[in-house]
Amino acid sequence: MPKSKSAYSIPTKKQKPDTYIFVVWVDNEAGVLARVVGLFSGRGYNIESLAVAEVDAVQNISRITIVTTGTPQVIDQIRLQLTKLVPVHKVAEFKREDKGVIFKEMALFKVVGKRNKIEKCLNACKKFNPVILDETKTSAVIQITALRREIDKMNKKLKPLGLISTSRTGAVAMTRGAKIFN
Amino acid sequence: MPKLLTGAEIVFKCLEDQKVEHIFGYPGGAVLPIYDELKNHPSIKHILVRHEQGAGHAAEGYARSSGKPGVVLVTSGPGATNVVTALTDAYMDSVPLVCISGQVPTHLIGTDAFQECDTTGITRPCTKHNWLVKDINDLSKVMHEAFKVATTGRPGPVLIDIPKDIQFAKAKYKKPNKEKKLNGKSHNKFSQDQIDELVKLLSKAKKPIIYSGGGVINSGPKASQALREFVELTGFPITSTLQGLGAYPGDDNQFLGMLGMHGTYEANNAMHDCDLLINIGARFDDRITGKIDEFSPNSTKVHIDIDPSSINKIIKVDLAIVGDVTSVISKINKTISKRKNGHSKSNKSNIAKWWEQIGKWREKDSLNFVNSDESIKPQHAVQRLYELTKNKDTYVTTEVGQHQMWAAQHYKFNKPNRWMTSGGLGTMGYGLPAAVGVQIAHPEKLVIDIAGEASVLMTMQEMSTAVQYNLPIKIFILNNQYMGMVRQWQELLHEKNYSESYSEALPDFMKMAEAYGCKGIKADNPDDLDDKIQEMIDYDGPVIFDCHVDPNENCFPMIPSGKPHNQMILGPNDQEENKIKGKGKALV
Repeated sequence: MPKSKSAYSIPTKKQKPDTYIFVVWVDNEAGVLARVVGLFSGRGYNIESLAVAEVDAVQNISRITIVTTGTPQVIDQIRLQLTKLVPVHKVAEFKREDKGVIFKEMALFKVVGKRNKIEKCLNACKKFNPVILDETKTSAVIQITALRREIDKMNKKLKPLGLISTSRTGAVAMTRGAKIFN
Repeated sequence: MPKLLTGAEIVFKCLEDQKVEHIFGYPGGAVLPIYDELKNHPSIKHILVRHEQGAGHAAEGYARSSGKPGVVLVTSGPGATNVVTALTDAYMDSVPLVCISGQVPTHLIGTDAFQECDTTGITRPCTKHNWLVKDINDLSKVMHEAFKVATTGRPGPVLIDIPKDIQFAKAKYKKPNKEKKLNGKSHNKFSQDQIDELVKLLSKAKKPIIYSGGGVINSGPKASQALREFVELTGFPITSTLQGLGAYPGDDNQFLGMLGMHGTYEANNAMHDCDLLINIGARFDDRITGKIDEFSPNSTKVHIDIDPSSINKIIKVDLAIVGDVTSVISKINKTISKRKNGHSKSNKSNIAKWWEQIGKWREKDSLNFVNSDESIKPQHAVQRLYELTKNKDTYVTTEVGQHQMWAAQHYKFNKPNRWMTSGGLGTMGYGLPAAVGVQIAHPEKLVIDIAGEASVLMTMQEMSTAVQYNLPIKIFILNNQYMGMVRQWQELLHEKNYSESYSEALPDFMKMAEAYGCKGIKADNPDDLDDKIQEMIDYDGPVIFDCHVDPNENCFPMIPSGKPHNQMILGPNDQEENKIKGKGKALV
């Protein structure tokens, strides 16, 4: 190894990163999303998807769901750093593989083509609760809810069947059973 | 009906209720209503700086030396951007600052108005929190919350951006609300079980070391008192980070000196070889740990910190105690004392061998240097300065570079809050304005900025502030004509290619002193040094002391990059010795 000329240490062995989902409850105020997102970009954490909206209009609380990757140590840091932000009330995090938590993404597919192709598309989407939101003789907008990787797959699959535009949300999450995040 | 106050009046009402006595600032268009109100509040004194960065560092010096939050008042646009360096510095070193900035009127925000900038956007990553006040009814609440956020938990800077129309608008003033909790974020989260576990570790340790940091200083003078008791009770050796100096007396026998990149041989070797490491209020900074994989490889690690995000960030620890240093250490001391009453067995005998080993490391005398009759050695200058000021309860600030490390190595601090230096961010130009702030907080004390000639030129304009308020700060410049630390790295790592680290056209500091209206003293002969330093101390007014030192001196000992603690480069004496023995030059 060449001799380091840096005043900083050399990066050492890295652990393998895993995918985690963070759920963050924040005051719904100006700039709060920038604080959360800025924390991720400023500290070099990754964001795979992001979903945010107000969930409690009385208490003025928004819920942010972030899909990220990191080693357990980084994930710990993300949680602790998020908790330090003043408008943050609560932070929950779980692994993507966690069986106790449901998470879903929604996608809108615009398919343009002949009737039979659109039918094929709908058929392909059958597993993911397809809803037709708009329909003309030559087009359809299909809504599905599914996991991220399933939507990725559908996105590929529908391309040859006339898919011309995809719009998708980030993942949102909810615990199974009577439990809630705490 | 209660009286309605203008935004500017509310700002001062809040400052009064927060017991603010001094603000450091610089006026401008977007804060004029606040400046207009200043005259009606005689209990608050405004210190006019010469550059907003100076206001920020002065407030840092004020805060670090007094334990109270520093308050800064600047205008919009360039006023706010100029203070960003100081805010970042305060964020890295956990200094409580409240910065109030003016903003263009709300209806002009977003229009690229004159002197407009996205202040809350720019300062978001370098403050604990910031606020843009768009509704006059929020102003008092925000102001009080700002002080609370800045001073509680791990302290840090906050910023309140107040548009000009809000400063004119009227609302009711609300007193600080005492019960309000910050989303239930309490800071002491430790249990007696954890304390008991630590005490058990203490009694079993054979090679323990205490490593204390700036958290002890931030926790207040009681923390230093508790730390001293703890060290006495255990008989353990203690080392300190740069920011922690003064929490434990620098001249005590149990103190091993500073650790880290330019720490002592004994402190770093003890960190490497110990079996129990107790981190109190420090954050395993990269200047401290050296190579992470080989950092203190055989020790059980304990970390006491108020900030949970500091724990396991860099170094995985075995026992984490989250809480305020004062509360935690006091609890530990109580627990130890109780146990001792039960059975008087102390483990001081267990660690006798460890002390023997430390004694051997100490014999290296790693802070040694080859003194000279012809030129002033910078280390010698700091040592003489220490000897001549040590009985005066002196406050020392520094700039950043070699002189900073020499000051940390050779000036011994016996009390907390006497040492103000930019550690985390490493801001050249910190020391002079910080000295201004320290002197404001302690008008009767001796305040010295140990400086380098390159650093001090970055904020030299604040001499004008010192003269205006007759602040007798002493700027002790170790002038080697180089950016010394840059030159040292270039010598050791870049084949002596001294690229742009020599200052070709330095000003004549004597004339500069004269121009500012303060006293200039110049020393270039070791024989005159003591007399000149004495002259500086005795002079009642600000002094610029131009101390010409050997330009080729390097700061040793030193842990080279990517090396663990036990592979230090020692000073010239030792390098010479090793050459003779044919051991190679750097490794011991």
